[in-house]
Amino acid sequence: MTILGPLLIAGIIILPTYLAMQGHDERIIALYEENTFFSSKLEDTDNLHFVKIPFEEVNIIKEDFSASSYYALLDIKDAENFALYSNQQVSLSVQSEIEGKLSDILQREELKLAGIDLQILEGVTTQIEVKTIIIGEEGETTGNAEVSFGIGFMCGILIYMFIFMYGTMVMRGVIEEKTSRIVEVIISSVKPFQLMMGKILGVALVGLTQFMLWIILTIIISSFAEVLFFDMSAIAAENSEMGQEQSVIVSELLKSLAGINIAQLLISFVFYFLGGYLLYSALFAAVGSAVDAEADTQQFILPITIPLILSFILMQPVMNNPDGVLAYWLSLIPFTSPIIMMVRLPFGVSNAELILSMALLVVGFLATTSLAAKIYRTGILMYGKKASYKELWKWLTFKG
Amino acid sequence: MQKNIFIAKDIVKQYGDYTALNQVNLEIPKGSIFGLLGPNGAGKTTLMRIINQIIAPDSGTLIFDSKPLKRADIAQIGYLPEERGLYKKMKVGEQTLYLAKLKGMPHNEALEKLKFWFKKLDILHWWNKKVEELSKGMAQKIQFVATVIHQPKLLIFDEPFSGFDPINAAIIRDEILELKKGGTTIIFSTHRMESVEEICDNIALINNGETILEGAIKKIKNNFRNNIFSVKLNTENLTLPEQFQIISNTDNNYQIQISENATSNQLLNALIEKGEILSFQEKIPTMEDIFIKAVKDE
Repeated sequence: MTILGPLLIAGIIILPTYLAMQGHDERIIALYEENTFFSSKLEDTDNLHFVKIPFEEVNIIKEDFSASSYYALLDIKDAENFALYSNQQVSLSVQSEIEGKLSDILQREELKLAGIDLQILEGVTTQIEVKTIIIGEEGETTGNAEVSFGIGFMCGILIYMFIFMYGTMVMRGVIEEKTSRIVEVIISSVKPFQLMMGKILGVALVGLTQFMLWIILTIIISSFAEVLFFDMSAIAAENSEMGQEQSVIVSELLKSLAGINIAQLLISFVFYFLGGYLLYSALFAAVGSAVDAEADTQQFILPITIPLILSFILMQPVMNNPDGVLAYWLSLIPFTSPIIMMVRLPFGVSNAELILSMALLVVGFLATTSLAAKIYRTGILMYGKKASYKELWKWLTFKG
Repeated sequence: MQKNIFIAKDIVKQYGDYTALNQVNLEIPKGSIFGLLGPNGAGKTTLMRIINQIIAPDSGTLIFDSKPLKRADIAQIGYLPEERGLYKKMKVGEQTLYLAKLKGMPHNEALEKLKFWFKKLDILHWWNKKVEELSKGMAQKIQFVATVIHQPKLLIFDEPFSGFDPINAAIIRDEILELKKGGTTIIFSTHRMESVEEICDNIALINNGETILEGAIKKIKNNFRNNIFSVKLNTENLTLPEQFQIISNTDNNYQIQISENATSNQLLNALIEKGEILSFQEKIPTMEDIFIKAVKDE
């Protein structure tokens, strides 16, 4: 799954794009119009080639479409009656392209009739771009709110996914050891706390390794894909406006990425990933030790993951208001800080706040670990008792 | 002190309102086979877990090899729990190696000893199989090896014979006897009284968290002797003087109880006159009888 994961994701993204790009054959559309109102203005596009035909040919084509070399027949009766004939369902893209072109033509004519000069019209629609500049200690660096948004969002999602994935892995391991009864054998050799921590740290290492592999594989695959696409789109890009716009966007992107402190982001990501994982996996381990089967875990999983789910839902409001009260508190409370602080970071957080948040997270996972250890050491040898919260509370107060 | 490998003094263990062990005392002589008996729920498993340091008593002292029981002693103790269990998806060889190393054995030594034991029990061909591929009895054999592999001074088996067919049960029994010869002390709990008769030197009977019997089997049996003799005669309707009470008669198999001031020889003399004696034997109470009597009397 470690290797397969990135390959699958890459495949899901690359393959359809690749196939979509392949699928653009040119289609020949027969065009018939009694007058020349539209047909004189209808221009070929990348995919559509219009061929005007005389009236006699219309019925010939309609009778035997496959004999003709046309994809479809566009019959324009007047400004409100258009029909597209074909012996098969015309594709959506062709239909909408034709509709678009026809309505464009109509619109320009109506504007002309209203007395508006088309030249002026073109000059009016412009793209405005406001440059965001962050005033920092080292001077001004270009900011980019969209990029910050994207990165924050990505980080938040990744941490959310990982905590859930690896936390439940720990829980399942605990349950397996309980049901196979090997836990009693192991506990005669090591202390319950050692077993619990060993499992948590082991899964953490699995998680980090998988994560590293994913990053490496994604980099490899995306560079492959870049090369692949670069060849195909290079030709198109040279000739189109789009290509030029794209290269401008890319260079802006790179400039603003430099504005975000990559080192700080990376280190914080690893820290919050580990810290959040340690905090939640201890709770997952405790849940696993309290039940006899995975089916019974439902009643416990929801309460302990509510803060996590909450922070996921609140990612958007926080990103819209990264310095607000909500964002401030959520990035400090250890249960929500792994996600919320990561979301805030690209927008800039003071070092003091960051350090405070990290310290609180450490306190957080130390607390949940010691709480979990108490529940774990009693729960793993307890079978058959339906664990309720009252029961768990009793276990917390049992002596070793 | 030196003669006991393990001493438990006044052990108390409570779970909330429920008292699992109430002032339990045990002395396990070195190199003996010690039977831990008792009805279900008596507290045997709790006691064994305390010896293993899986759980700690609320009060009481534990002495291992003349010193207070400490964490490091787990390397000298082996434990086979009643509910057997191994990691299902792990290979047999790999897993037993891991368990041996958990007990502190160095890798190479563990490997060597494992191969030795596997050959001995004729299970070497299972080395690369996953535990889930084996039957229950096979897995238990493997777990037995994993328990004894680090040559501990004290072995604790919770119902070692349950789950084995008679042939394999006999193999395990022989291995236990051999381990005893090698100087290992063995504690095991069981409901199979025949095995207790066969191999135990000492026993302790626990009921409701309390020790109701403890000591060498010979002594206990002696204490429970009720002077009943099994006699087979070819005479029907036997009558005997007062000090010999006939308790039952099935097909000329008589159970005769001798009163305290009489001797077995006197009975023999009395019987010689009555007919042909086909067999004459003291009915020494079996452990099963003792168990039932002791528990009922509680």
